[in-house]
Amino acid sequence: MRDARPLVRALVDPVSVDRFDGADWTAVIACARAESLIGGLAHRLEGRYLPDAVADLMADARRSAAQARVHALWEAEMAGRALAGLNIPVILLKGTAYAAAGLDAADGRSIGDLDILVPRTALDRVEEALLTAGWEWVKDNAYDQLYYRRWMHELPPMIHRGRDRMIDVHHTILPPTARPKPDVEALIEDSVALANGLRVLSPPDKIVHAAAHLFADGDLAGGLRNLWDIDRLVRRYDAPAFRDRLAERARLHGLSSHVARALRLARSLYETPVDPHLAGRERLGDGLFERRLLARDGWGRECSKLLRFSFYVRSHWIRMPPLLLARHLWNKARA
Amino acid sequence: MSGPRYRADSIEKRRIVRLDGLTLLFHRPSGITHILSVPAPEILEALGDEPADAAGIVSRLAARHDMADIAEAEPVVAARLSELEAAGLVERL
Amino acid sequence: MKHAISLRIGPFGFRVGSAWPEPIIALAHLYHGYPAPHDRVADFSVRLEPERPWRRWLRPSVAIRGDFMLSDAAPMALAHGLLAAEMGMNLQMALGQRRYLLLHAATVERDGRALLLTGESGAGKSTLAALLGEHGWRLMGDEFALLDLDRGLFHSFPRAISLKNGAIALMEAQVPASRFGPRLESTPKGAIRHLRPGDGAIADMDKPARPAMILFPRFGFERAVRPVLGAEAFVRLTQASTNYVALGEPGFMALTGLVGQAPARAIDYPDGESAIALIEQLWAELKR
Repeated sequence: MRDARPLVRALVDPVSVDRFDGADWTAVIACARAESLIGGLAHRLEGRYLPDAVADLMADARRSAAQARVHALWEAEMAGRALAGLNIPVILLKGTAYAAAGLDAADGRSIGDLDILVPRTALDRVEEALLTAGWEWVKDNAYDQLYYRRWMHELPPMIHRGRDRMIDVHHTILPPTARPKPDVEALIEDSVALANGLRVLSPPDKIVHAAAHLFADGDLAGGLRNLWDIDRLVRRYDAPAFRDRLAERARLHGLSSHVARALRLARSLYETPVDPHLAGRERLGDGLFERRLLARDGWGRECSKLLRFSFYVRSHWIRMPPLLLARHLWNKARA
Repeated sequence: MSGPRYRADSIEKRRIVRLDGLTLLFHRPSGITHILSVPAPEILEALGDEPADAAGIVSRLAARHDMADIAEAEPVVAARLSELEAAGLVERL
Repeated sequence: MKHAISLRIGPFGFRVGSAWPEPIIALAHLYHGYPAPHDRVADFSVRLEPERPWRRWLRPSVAIRGDFMLSDAAPMALAHGLLAAEMGMNLQMALGQRRYLLLHAATVERDGRALLLTGESGAGKSTLAALLGEHGWRLMGDEFALLDLDRGLFHSFPRAISLKNGAIALMEAQVPASRFGPRLESTPKGAIRHLRPGDGAIADMDKPARPAMILFPRFGFERAVRPVLGAEAFVRLTQASTNYVALGEPGFMALTGLVGQAPARAIDYPDGESAIALIEQLWAELKR
């Protein structure tokens, strides 16, 4: 298996797995695990006739994801309890948000750290409340602390002493050094409350955030999974009025081109029904992005190293202007 | 003078196995396993579905169990409640 | 990957790929006759790759990768390729296995009942398991014990036993040479030699067993036996498990079930012979 196409095909069209032999399954499983999509695949294949060995593995993956979801939602609950007294909006992001809001996008999804968004003005009080409630710093040294506070869009990472789980506290959704400037006040204002008092981004903002995260936050590593999130979200919310709202919010946050490219890639790979007006015409670079997303072989290795390296350099360029990047790398090397 | 009031989850949110005088407790909402010794399990039981503060819990415990030093019990119960809160098994109101 | 082998050990199938032929040849020899993965689908894939492209030929350096990896795992010399393959399979089980409750322990079986030997690394579990395997017990596993979440049975996972330093000579004296892998010198844990389980252990790899006794052995002390309370055994076993937390309530019920039904003892012993005698005595007392 030369790239991730069979995995993508299996997600889009589960019937395609009926043709798989043992070697095909072994390869697609290794590929799916490397892309953090084994849970998503397991959900898509639920109820299908599968060879016993595969059925067992898929059942393991679904059970695993379900338990990870319990832990993730509990972490959100405890963060909520720690911050309840501050009377500020606490907005869940990414996988935890999808799970808390009961969305398909959460099915089988592996959830890592807890990501929350809070108003910038409340950061000091949030930090204090978390430290009091048993969280502590992961990176204790002065340089990393300064780096995060000055250049990044989040507090330095914290970990809960007793539960050994990380939390990332964001005050915006992109680094301040990146070019697009999302309207954080608007994100917070349009956020939706859940039963337990925690909040999630509004439906169109969830998609805008996912698109920003897909491109601006990394070198597209894990991109197939991030794009799958977008596919699931779009399918859940797509409607004529929603398309207008999505275009509006993308424009407001200065992320129209990111959302457009994300929709084109989702349509191309996952056959997501997208707004052709917002997605726009195929652009230069779409093909390259698609190849980068599919660059995973049947052993779970990233193929096409040159492509991967160029995206890695590009991603750091996007987050930090070159002069700052050089200074950062110099300090890291000296430490 | 009443202290902070706490509430516990309903009983079906806990799976309990008693072993050698200790209580092994699986807390379903968190997926965390706790090992509790007297009087923590009794405090959880006493909270039941009705929130209470430390003094209130002492009265409920005295009604159900043979207790030696009721006067000394309140600070002990207050300390255990604080630990149970940190563990996520009770919530302060 | 240029060279590869697939094989099944107990319930799990592995696909091991390598940039060099030597580790695959060594695996094929050590595990000859082991069945293929169920349905020819590997549960886990392991990759032995050069740390950097030029380290394929120049001072070959083997990075251990696969479906589940440790980002800070140190690469190994090609001479230790077989050990790298074994460690790769260990990592898949420790980090990725979610069907059975996994305990760092050895298991042996007699008359359908299983004995669990658990404790710190270096306490001598592997050596004890190897010895018992040659003295009337079926080896179910020396590294990982697999506890079924539904029925509470132990399932066999008969990997090659990893013997270290002094234990190598001890077993070489009792077992034909054909059952050993190559002797690997200067590994991070000293000298290592892998011992293939006996034919009975391999033939019966799909036969589970009901837990009957839990032992916490300590090698190199004067003979002693101490009962261990169920609650203490429970806590120590959660520490010996890599997936207890991830399994949630079924894991809790399986582990409380285990300590509830199988009595636990801590045993100290000065050498292999006295260990076997002590174990036989405790096992016989069980029946009464």
